[in-house]
Amino acid sequence: MKLVTAIVKPFVLDDVKSALEQLGVLGMTVSEVQGYGRQKGHTEVYRGAEYAVDFVPKLRVEVVTDDLNADKVVDAVVGAARTGKIGDGKVWVTPVDTVVRVRTGERGADAL
Amino acid sequence: MNAGDTAWVLASAALVMLMTPGLAFFYGGMVRSKSVLNMLMLNFIALAVVSVLWALYGYSLSFSNDAFSGLVGNLDFATLKNTMGHLVGAASPDGKTPWPGPDAIPALSFVMFQLMFAVITPALISGAIADRAKFWSWTLFMALWVTIVYFPVAHWVFNFNGYTGADNKGGWIANTLGAEDFAGGTAVHINAGAAGLALAIVLGRRVGWRKDPMRPHNVPFVLLGASLLWFGWYGFNAGSALSAGDLAATAFTNTTVATAAAVLGWLIIEQIRDGKPTTVGAASGAVAGLVAITPACGFVNPLGALAIGVLAGALCALAVGLKYKLGFDDSLDVVGVHLVGGLVGTLLIGFFGTSSANPGIAKDGFFFGGGFSLLTKQAIAAFAVMGYSFIGALVIGFLIKVTIGFRAARDVEVAGIDEAEHAESAYEFGGFSGGSVRGTGGKAVDGAGSAAVLEGSKA
Repeated sequence: MKLVTAIVKPFVLDDVKSALEQLGVLGMTVSEVQGYGRQKGHTEVYRGAEYAVDFVPKLRVEVVTDDLNADKVVDAVVGAARTGKIGDGKVWVTPVDTVVRVRTGERGADAL
Repeated sequence: MNAGDTAWVLASAALVMLMTPGLAFFYGGMVRSKSVLNMLMLNFIALAVVSVLWALYGYSLSFSNDAFSGLVGNLDFATLKNTMGHLVGAASPDGKTPWPGPDAIPALSFVMFQLMFAVITPALISGAIADRAKFWSWTLFMALWVTIVYFPVAHWVFNFNGYTGADNKGGWIANTLGAEDFAGGTAVHINAGAAGLALAIVLGRRVGWRKDPMRPHNVPFVLLGASLLWFGWYGFNAGSALSAGDLAATAFTNTTVATAAAVLGWLIIEQIRDGKPTTVGAASGAVAGLVAITPACGFVNPLGALAIGVLAGALCALAVGLKYKLGFDDSLDVVGVHLVGGLVGTLLIGFFGTSSANPGIAKDGFFFGGGFSLLTKQAIAAFAVMGYSFIGALVIGFLIKVTIGFRAARDVEVAGIDEAEHAESAYEFGGFSGGSVRGTGGKAVDGAGSAAVLEGSKA
């Protein structure tokens, strides 16, 4: 199994979610995160004092999937999150040893 | 007794009372979320402490018969004796109506109106020491500062001969010097601004100042607070006519025009300098305009008010950056807004003051053919209050610093002063902090309660 982690712009969440739903992905975890890549931050001004705000708000979308579908999930997220402008984010895939469904105790692919 | 005037002064007292909580939100929004409660409390405690001192001896030191050379009142009104059932007022200028004259109001309505000025003035100072002051040290400072500085200065500026008693003598600025201060440009704003500068020096800079971002944590609070201040300020300025008539309407109008112009003045400077008009700037511009028009609102015409407002907005917008060059951490710009704005308004009366707005003005200003004599008086009053307040605050602050300590420990300041000083945090967003309730005397109760079993729970 694979964990697909995507850092995306907050406003693309609905598009990412519906793209994953069309693929048949049944669940995901979304969290609000902050960080920067090549986009860097922005500047705010309070009473003439400039503050460089380095960290930009982003969303982290996490999906656990079986090995066969990992590439499709990645392609769906990338397709839905791309605007072509700097700051669109990153997607990466990591291996997952095991998954357990808490309610039933099912393990592995059955728990997905 | 004049019922209409009494109603206006009592209503104005309530309006001015609202300014202190308004100020608390104006300041509270500008600090970081970890110290907002401390900021609110530094302001709110003024309502408690100063009200008690005012009733005990503050009103008397400010407004009873002069005890010494126009510097301080005696104790005739201590514990508010000789006020219940008494009137205050002035004999009519033509001498036909003896004291207390046609605009007489109950002494206690004047006591309460003036109390609210005594409350907000020390509260204004607190913005200079945001994020780092120990609560009880500040409270002690405030009690000493109002006693040694504010009550005498209010006597200098606000106690007119023959107002609180037919033969009562008042303070030197109002009566001997004859400088004009309608609602407190000197006694309130220059006074608080100079003390703020002194305390910023005594306490020193915040950890990380000029290095770490110290963004306002709640800009909507800032605008809400400024709006409450604007609203309450009508009591402050128009109420200072102490009568519901022409002069109150003039002060009300000038307050509006100057404040509006100051918002524009500040935003134009921001647009040119920073490229954007900011919300904090609009709120600050309004306060700068209100400060500057305070001494002048009863002595200028609306065009003069417009000029004072736009100048105050622009000058204060430029002045708030000076602290970074001069190296003192006046955290919320008490100096840049209140000292500078107070000076602008107090001095500009020397140019824009006109007897057409107020026949009672000592002399016309420069633009109305009166030469520089009024400006000279204004400058003497402004710098006398500034010097006295700065030295007074510096000495009191320093004594507190070397005895009980004034500033929170470094680690407390970094972690957030709210938790260390007040055992509270301002915002609880439904997160999970763990832990349990102690000291309520009850046994642990299942979160779901005994009767209801929630769907999906383990019954």
